[in-house]
Amino acid sequence: MDFGTFLVQCLNSVQYGLLLFLVASGLTLIFGIMGVINLAHGSFYMIGAYMAFALAPLFGDQFLLMLVAGVVLAAIFGYLLEWAFFSYLYQRDHLQQVLMTYGLILVFEELRSILVGNDVHGVKVPAWLDGSFALGSVMSYPWYRLFASAACIVLAVALYWVVNRTRLGMMIRAGASNRDMVRGLGIDVKRLYRIVFAAGVALAALAGMIAAPMSSVYPNMGASVLIICFVLVVIGGIGSITGALVASLLVGFVDTFGKVFFADLSGIGIYLLMAIVLIWKPEGLMGRRP
Amino acid sequence: MTIRTARLALTAIAFAALASAAGAQGSAKLKVGLMLPYSGTYTALGVAIENGFKLYVDEHGGKLAGREIEYFKVDDESDPAKATDNVNKLIKRDNVDVIVGTVHSGVAMAMAKAAKESGTVLIVPNAGADAVTGPMCAPNIFRSSFSNWQPAFAMGEVAAKQQGKKKAMTITWKYAAGDESVNGFKEGFEKNGGKVDKQLTLPFPNVEFQALLTEIAAAKPDAVYAFFAGGGAVKFVKDYQAAGLNKTIPLYGPGFLTDGTLDAQGDSAQGMLTTLHYADGLNTARDNAFRVGYAKAFKLQPDVYAVQGYDAAQMLGVGLAATKGDIGKKAEFTAAIEKAKIDSPRGTFTMSKSHNPVQDIYLRKVEGKENKLVSIAIKGLTDPARGCRM
Repeated sequence: MDFGTFLVQCLNSVQYGLLLFLVASGLTLIFGIMGVINLAHGSFYMIGAYMAFALAPLFGDQFLLMLVAGVVLAAIFGYLLEWAFFSYLYQRDHLQQVLMTYGLILVFEELRSILVGNDVHGVKVPAWLDGSFALGSVMSYPWYRLFASAACIVLAVALYWVVNRTRLGMMIRAGASNRDMVRGLGIDVKRLYRIVFAAGVALAALAGMIAAPMSSVYPNMGASVLIICFVLVVIGGIGSITGALVASLLVGFVDTFGKVFFADLSGIGIYLLMAIVLIWKPEGLMGRRP
Repeated sequence: MTIRTARLALTAIAFAALASAAGAQGSAKLKVGLMLPYSGTYTALGVAIENGFKLYVDEHGGKLAGREIEYFKVDDESDPAKATDNVNKLIKRDNVDVIVGTVHSGVAMAMAKAAKESGTVLIVPNAGADAVTGPMCAPNIFRSSFSNWQPAFAMGEVAAKQQGKKKAMTITWKYAAGDESVNGFKEGFEKNGGKVDKQLTLPFPNVEFQALLTEIAAAKPDAVYAFFAGGGAVKFVKDYQAAGLNKTIPLYGPGFLTDGTLDAQGDSAQGMLTTLHYADGLNTARDNAFRVGYAKAFKLQPDVYAVQGYDAAQMLGVGLAATKGDIGKKAEFTAAIEKAKIDSPRGTFTMSKSHNPVQDIYLRKVEGKENKLVSIAIKGLTDPARGCRM
């Protein structure tokens, strides 16, 4: 591998890692901070992708406007979902959480099948992001991929800032570590959780919308993402946004270079990484010791 | 005719219909077990196969060799783990005479095993696993579709001979169908003087291609052969174009790379060459009649899967005609299909010794939303049937 190719592969790694972070960030909120094992997280990603497919013709080249509209819709959907299902789950044991959220996966897949069928669909890249630029002498790089990376960086910074630097973030973190105490301080924990959950769903759906023009939309697309998300949250340390980001970038590199150098093992690369991290630091890279 | 006499007439007709139905019950119906994907990713394929099968039966008044057909349906869910249970439902519970299925190669392998043990006739209307008409072959197992080797080998020959490519790379998921396909290409390509110098794989069903596309860009081969299906096929073709590779390194593949996916692939697939045993614009009387009939009956455009279902029914019809509807006469039934020329919409085909179609493989080019016929890549291609002893 010459140096030019190596640089391109590094760019691929960062880009893939950032996109993974976007998908996993919502799970960091729901699973990491609120403690719900939410297997339906991949379904929210899928719903986002199908939302892009449905909304794209309406918005045309107003791609950013479409993302905003999609996020609002997904947040409302998440808010209702929390009120109808998830609000009953916080005090339950993990097995019940797994069973219910697995049931939701089946429901969402079936609804998708009824509403839009089982065909593969493409989503057009908006005209102002179409095309690519030359990356040295190696290959072209699509503008849209660069845009997706930039969007992920903006969101990562915003999320970090909200959780670690604002009053809302403080309440979320406090509520996660001691619910009763926060309630005792007169904060409406129920509503707080509803908002955080809605944000988690919105983030997953946003990831799906941003990924749709690159990856097309197809049945069961949430399944592959789901497992990686849990791996990321575990590697990064449960409840840590920074940890999730570091883990995502790490997995991006392991996956990309694993595919190049160890093709036959690349399927297990990220799991090996997880095993190594957990042996070395059982609480994850940035997790706090319980 | 007053209302009253009309009602009387209708009643009479209804009774007559009932009576004739009851009469038909007397002469035993032929039980056909359809084990196809009716849920999940391959639903559309399962439906197309069933439609094609029923179209042929309905063209013959709902009968084959004078016997009415009774259908038993099982959803195979494209899950190899449930395959043996599902196929036994048809064999042991419903006691079917024939099984038709399926799309997924892993499931088809389990079905072939069960059919081999029980002796029930099995017609495979899609799954391309080489082994079905290789090591698994049996007198009662037939295939109306293709083997993975066939279109792949043809593409290899076209790439080396017609297109004059010297150095190629292959890329696919690391699973049986992918391995069989890229190895078929390699065989056809190297037999004609080319050299496959690198075979890239990624775990099934991973669709993060960027790392491997960068490797392709760095290695600069003369051509790339890819085997992917469904969502993976769409994404690969789109990513290949986005990386600018399609300008310098032509991308070849079996028809599955661009069949039923052109809507989603949009501009990125334009001009691509693929090989398959069917194409748009064959423009033969046989194919045109089939396409019109199918569109009329189901309000859908037929595809290669519908053709394979249709031909599964044709093959069954040939065997039954020779045995006067008695499928119990196994030797005559098998011999008749082995000798038959099947008048398929894809063009006439015969059965190889291992019961896989000996058929023309077409070279097609993507134009708009169609895989347009360019030429015949290889006439009457026979699968080598490695490992088959019958």
